[in-house]
Amino acid sequence: MSAAPQKAKPGAEQLAVRVSAVVPLNDLVTRFEFQRTDGQPFPTFSGGAHTVVTMQDDGRTRLNPYSLMSDPADTSTYAISVRRDDQGRGGSLFMHTRVKQGDEMTITYPVNLFSLDLRARKHLFFAGGIGITPFMSMIHQLEQSNGNWELHYSVRTEALGTYVDELKYKFPTKVHVYYDDQSQSIPLETLLDGQPLGTNAYVCGPKGMIDWVHATASAAGWPDAQVHSEEFLAPAPGKPFEVRLCKSDKTIQVGENESLLEAIERAGVEAPFLCRGGACGQCETDVVSYDGEFIHRDHWLEPEQQAGEKIMPCVSRFVGKSLELDR
Amino acid sequence: MSKFQFPESIKSRPVYGTLEPRPGKAHLMIADAEGAEAILDLAAQDASLMAHAHIIYIPKGTDFGDKLRALNPAQYYEGPSYDASVQRLRHVLANAHQGLQVYLTGTEGLMGQAQNEAMQAGIPHTSIQTEHRGSVARRMQCVHCKGITEDVMTDPFVCSHCGLNLFVRDHYSRRLAAYQGVCIDAEDPGNVPEPKELYT
Amino acid sequence: MTIQFNEETFRDDYSFYNSDWAIKRFPFPFHEDSYMYSVNMEQHRGGPKGSVYEMRFDVDEHYVSEMRDRAMVLADDPLRCQSLPHMTLAGWDLLELIMVSKSEDYPDLFELHRDGNQWRWINKPLGIDDTFTFMDETTLPYGPMEYITRQAQGDFCVLDQRDEMLWMDAGMVTTQADWSLDFDIGMNFFEWHAPVPLAHEMGIFKRALKFLLNIQQGAPARRLNWTMTVNPLLDTSPENYHKWGIQKTTLTPENIGSKQHLRVELQSFFRLPRSNALVFPIRCYLCSFQDLMTVPKWGRRLHRVVRDLPVELATYKGFIDNRPMMLDYLEQFDDGLPTSRGVFPDLETEPPLTKA
Repeated sequence: MSAAPQKAKPGAEQLAVRVSAVVPLNDLVTRFEFQRTDGQPFPTFSGGAHTVVTMQDDGRTRLNPYSLMSDPADTSTYAISVRRDDQGRGGSLFMHTRVKQGDEMTITYPVNLFSLDLRARKHLFFAGGIGITPFMSMIHQLEQSNGNWELHYSVRTEALGTYVDELKYKFPTKVHVYYDDQSQSIPLETLLDGQPLGTNAYVCGPKGMIDWVHATASAAGWPDAQVHSEEFLAPAPGKPFEVRLCKSDKTIQVGENESLLEAIERAGVEAPFLCRGGACGQCETDVVSYDGEFIHRDHWLEPEQQAGEKIMPCVSRFVGKSLELDR
Repeated sequence: MSKFQFPESIKSRPVYGTLEPRPGKAHLMIADAEGAEAILDLAAQDASLMAHAHIIYIPKGTDFGDKLRALNPAQYYEGPSYDASVQRLRHVLANAHQGLQVYLTGTEGLMGQAQNEAMQAGIPHTSIQTEHRGSVARRMQCVHCKGITEDVMTDPFVCSHCGLNLFVRDHYSRRLAAYQGVCIDAEDPGNVPEPKELYT
Repeated sequence: MTIQFNEETFRDDYSFYNSDWAIKRFPFPFHEDSYMYSVNMEQHRGGPKGSVYEMRFDVDEHYVSEMRDRAMVLADDPLRCQSLPHMTLAGWDLLELIMVSKSEDYPDLFELHRDGNQWRWINKPLGIDDTFTFMDETTLPYGPMEYITRQAQGDFCVLDQRDEMLWMDAGMVTTQADWSLDFDIGMNFFEWHAPVPLAHEMGIFKRALKFLLNIQQGAPARRLNWTMTVNPLLDTSPENYHKWGIQKTTLTPENIGSKQHLRVELQSFFRLPRSNALVFPIRCYLCSFQDLMTVPKWGRRLHRVVRDLPVELATYKGFIDNRPMMLDYLEQFDDGLPTSRGVFPDLETEPPLTKA
């Protein structure tokens, strides 16, 4: 069919916003609130959704995904919370040091790769540090439908307990907080034992925590389909490398602190993407030829595809003599 | 011979496996007729399952009861029919916890219906184990009158509710625990082929 | 009102008809002289003015009669509309999407007045003026999905998204191409498509699923599908196949032009905001062969497509027995001239039939 041929744009639909508030929460985490510049209401969204924020950093475009942590039913304001990462590639530093109230920015429509299973009899949330953010919107959503939920939240110290006070005040019986510096830890095995059939567990936090919850639940006989996790991979820095893009007939250099996808975009080549975190599969790219080794970091490709067939340029890199991609 | 290799088919047709022990706090095993042999094989792989096992068995005229009892499961129940045991099954599932492992074996009709109960209780169908043993008879739903005809052995067959001549499709509904039966002579009334035994 | 609604039936005396306006805007599904499966998705953001692609939910001259036919189907068989318990939120999402779209796209026919959660919905063609509380099912006569899809042409499948898979967990299905919601509800994407021949082997469904899983809020998509139906029968359900199947044998060389209809589905896909579910409206358009033949390009092309279609597809689409008779009829309208690309009639530029 070609009733009205329109080329699909890479990425989700964009929204023009103004930063309506910048709220430092503690030494590491700051909340950013947005309102639409056109005065229209925001679309509602589902708990666990994220948005990709475009940052114009001295001629360099950064696109970072952040969980929406405001109330999904509140169409006046979107909010994200950003943890400063001094070792990272600079996106969170840009947000912390450069973004001010009143700034105009572009964010995407909500995209959800970590949604609630609405069939669940009970929702059991495990958060580690900044991993609390998707649960903030999930809790809003469940509170509006009398959902059955419980949160177990692990933080480093009381001072770094992002949203701990608010959560404990609003939901004193449902929220349980564990402080690392007081040698407290989530009693996972006990918590997984005795939950009613149809309980779903959700985990968001550091990779080690996610693996621990999956492994412990699996050993306790939990179905894999009832343990959900979201780990956004920030593209890791790495050694520079060169790539030949066949379709567009260009050879590009991927710098130490940029992803392959960013380098492709910088060269003016349009490439599809959505999450920019190795999870959604949109930017999947065919490998034409290679001499060297891939550093695959995505959650998307099958192992046989990773063996020289495909690459996810949003998070994965390459080390070696030559790489040719079908892009 | 109680094992049968079903021919490859369309994506909605269930594929059965071989029961294997899995970690879990409790183990619910439901079998009919020759399905008992699969439970015996399972116990042979890991006898320790039995200390936390509840076996629900419908013999359908077979005599595996003594052998199953000899496995010393924590709970053992023998029912005269699936229908008679279904209230017990629902009660067990309603009081079960995450980590329960469900093992189903025997005829397609039994496995399908028990799987549906376990799904209703909140277990994803992908984590319910099944192993086919015994009769290859099918549980069929008439798409026209919605009536279920049990133990269908031929194609076509007559709907036991509305009397239409139905052909046997491989399209299968987990929710109904049945295959679809569709009128075979709608475009040529009365032209009904001679029934043929399934898989021959 | 801008649209003159037909007084017509889709059963018994089959008084259904297309006006000249409806024929010209019929979504002819073949963009070239042959057909094979493809994912053929494009964005659903308008189209040529007056075409069926222009609005999010097309409303045409058949609206009132189609809704009357739907009510009759549901009275006979309420199982045609079902929603598993976890899909109620998606039902509200759908109600909002349709009410907002229709009131914006057809302000002379539909009005939506919102004051917080107190909503007033006015549907002038159907004479409805209801006030209800959004997200409170007790204030509507039906569940939200059933309420709004009794007022929207086409079938609606509401798909839950879990484990990188789509699940047919709710729907309103009364104008279907021979599949049963009651049987298929709860199935995953591959399972409910299981009976479709060839496409699985071609990898069509894997690619389509990947595309659909990634449909985002604010970026709906659409595609066309088609089949053949004898008589303008909307409800070609498996449930009633033992009643309508026989109609296929009533085709004769004399009546084929008026009785044989090309049945086209305009399928669209919208991500729903609160539930993260995907709604899949399937709007059915019918056009008789003789009406299609008034467009010379379509006459030439339909003959070539039907003639060259693989046997498996003609069988699956249920017209293998009638294909020879169809070709005898269609051949008269194919003079062998080349056809222009694309689906539109191109009446001004395509030559008239040069065959007596």
